[in-house]
Amino acid sequence: MERSYEKYFRQNRLPHLWCPGCGNGIAMKAIVQAIEKKGLNQDNTVIVSGIGCSSRASGYMDFDTLHTAHGRAIPFATGIKLANPELNVIVITGDGDCTAIGGNHFIHGCRRNVDLTVVLFNNSIYGMTGGQASPMTPTHKKATTAPYGAVDRNFDACKLAQAAGATYVARSTAFHVQHLTDMIAGGFDNKGFSFIEAIVQCPTSFGRKNKMADPAKMMMWMRDNAVMQAAWDKLPADKKTPEKFPIGLFYNEAETDYASAYDEVIQIAGGAK
Amino acid sequence: MSSEISIKMPRCKGCGICVAFCPKGVLAVDELGKVKVVKADDCIACGQCELRCPDYAIFVDKKVEA
Amino acid sequence: MNKAKLMQGNEACVEGALAAGVRFFGGYPITPSTEIAEGMAQKLPAIGGTFIQMEDEIASMGVVLGASLAGKKALTASSGPGISLKQELIGYAVAAEIPVVIVNVQRVGPSTGQPTAPSQGDVMQARWGTHGDHPMIALSPWSVREAFDTAVMAVNYSERFRTPVILLMDEIVGHLREKVELPETDTLDIFPRRKPACSRAEGYEPYTPDEDLVPNPADFGTGYHIHVTGLIHDETGFPVGSPKITKEAISRLHDKIEVARDEITHVEEYFMDDAEYAVVSFGGSARTAYEAVINARNKGIKIGLVRLITIWPFADKAIDELAQKVKGILVAELNYGQLVGEVERVVAGRCDVQLCGKYDMTIFEPEEIEAGIDKLIAGGKA
Repeated sequence: MERSYEKYFRQNRLPHLWCPGCGNGIAMKAIVQAIEKKGLNQDNTVIVSGIGCSSRASGYMDFDTLHTAHGRAIPFATGIKLANPELNVIVITGDGDCTAIGGNHFIHGCRRNVDLTVVLFNNSIYGMTGGQASPMTPTHKKATTAPYGAVDRNFDACKLAQAAGATYVARSTAFHVQHLTDMIAGGFDNKGFSFIEAIVQCPTSFGRKNKMADPAKMMMWMRDNAVMQAAWDKLPADKKTPEKFPIGLFYNEAETDYASAYDEVIQIAGGAK
Repeated sequence: MSSEISIKMPRCKGCGICVAFCPKGVLAVDELGKVKVVKADDCIACGQCELRCPDYAIFVDKKVEA
Repeated sequence: MNKAKLMQGNEACVEGALAAGVRFFGGYPITPSTEIAEGMAQKLPAIGGTFIQMEDEIASMGVVLGASLAGKKALTASSGPGISLKQELIGYAVAAEIPVVIVNVQRVGPSTGQPTAPSQGDVMQARWGTHGDHPMIALSPWSVREAFDTAVMAVNYSERFRTPVILLMDEIVGHLREKVELPETDTLDIFPRRKPACSRAEGYEPYTPDEDLVPNPADFGTGYHIHVTGLIHDETGFPVGSPKITKEAISRLHDKIEVARDEITHVEEYFMDDAEYAVVSFGGSARTAYEAVINARNKGIKIGLVRLITIWPFADKAIDELAQKVKGILVAELNYGQLVGEVERVVAGRCDVQLCGKYDMTIFEPEEIEAGIDKLIAGGKA
């Protein structure tokens, strides 16, 4: 029964603190399975997270791990990568962490095309603080700070990442766990800013407020509403109901990553070893 | 079908995801809030439970015939 | 000794930081500190280092902390408004014990204030800007050469104590041009990055302190698999909710600086042998105070100058000795009155303490400090 991916967890830190049925555990396993699949060196891989439920993942993973401040994971990760480009740097963030308080860092990380793999655990809510609306809470869905339903329009973080210059953009869900693993693994292959949105269920803070308190039912909702990109492209407009959303690899174009571009600066300035 | 189901009880939080996704009704959540195997013989070792367990608590292996 | 050069304080700061081993700079443009970023952008790639201009001041602080964790000595520079934004992650650096230097070339505040005008209004921000209980080291140079020297010192202290150090410059020194002879790099004492003393197998814990109360968290990528967090953590680096550990953790952060306080509190005295009165000043203002003291002595007043190079931790010992020696102290600072409160705290009524403050965009004229001296001697009635 011992699984090979268990070596990537700090066994003395498990079980994790996430609520029963929380999708974060599934997404965290997808990351370590992608790491295993691509053979990333455990001593040479750094996990950086922000603040929130998602960001507690770093503490469970047996690498050099950094639990930063709210929204700031990408700047820290940028510093790590540029200071030592030999390191694989993976960022774990949440919808509030990445697109609200960390929104500016997110778009500029994409723009610079720093070679990072950013996995956003999107549970549509601020879970750790008890269920407040985030920029990715769908309009009209309820939260403690949106008791009549969210007024704000929600971000499509994938479109945002692509528009801002990320060179690899994908989405999957906790239901599609093998697909999610593949999407993350593909991000490791891209030498540049890779962004993967992992839709995860938060039965406690989001589900209970929105008549979906059963985590399995939330995952079935993902199963029933996620549409693979190829099928989505062929789907007639009237079938693209507000609940439906595409998953898959949306964008992947090779562009010079920041560290390689800066190597050229070092060459010009005469600082090459 | 021969399978072996292992459960790391300290990790299980009884969320019921494995129960819901088991196509054969092999699993249930007991009164203590932990998963238990109720119909072991019906298990087809499809691995749906293990795949989606958020707590890495349940593992299914095909039993190798002696 | 290198050849003499005409150089600006901000440029000397760059030279000092590089000489001390800084190889990473992240920043955001802001007057009057921008020449530091510009100098770093020019010089770092030429020695294989990295410069990056970030999207904002918060990111500038984050990126240097990341670089430091990955093993590079790192520095950022800004001015008051930017330092306000950096405070969140300055506190992170205190808690997670990450070496980093933050240069603040002070300008008039509050808020956007007067961007091109000199001030020393960030004395208390340097000490208490970030939230919670924390120690702080801040150094303030009075000359271009000392901008170099204090930059070296700041980098060394950040590495030695694994704590953020603020180089509290002011616009006077930052934009001052002087002829300086900078020392050869190989003549400097440079504190190297601390390293783990044992392996993981031997029970290494990243936050177990050495005898000097400073721990040795391993650089990322060296195989130690450490966990770094801004949450209160124990010696393993992992967060704990224990009152005992919380108290111990916060105490140690203070104690590691406190035990070295005398050694890192640099004060210079001028004309103090027979002094009955003293001016206490620092940074660019101390230059004017020096001239004012000479002018006063020429008028027969027995007065000296005590110049603080280390602003934080405060020079309690030096001011305590001063309180026993002189009849009155004039604190000359370019603000509404900040350092004067610390002087009053230590003096505790043993002698007269008066403020010579200024906050009108202009630097002190010697006559203004001389008038302050006259008023001090007259017992506040002049």
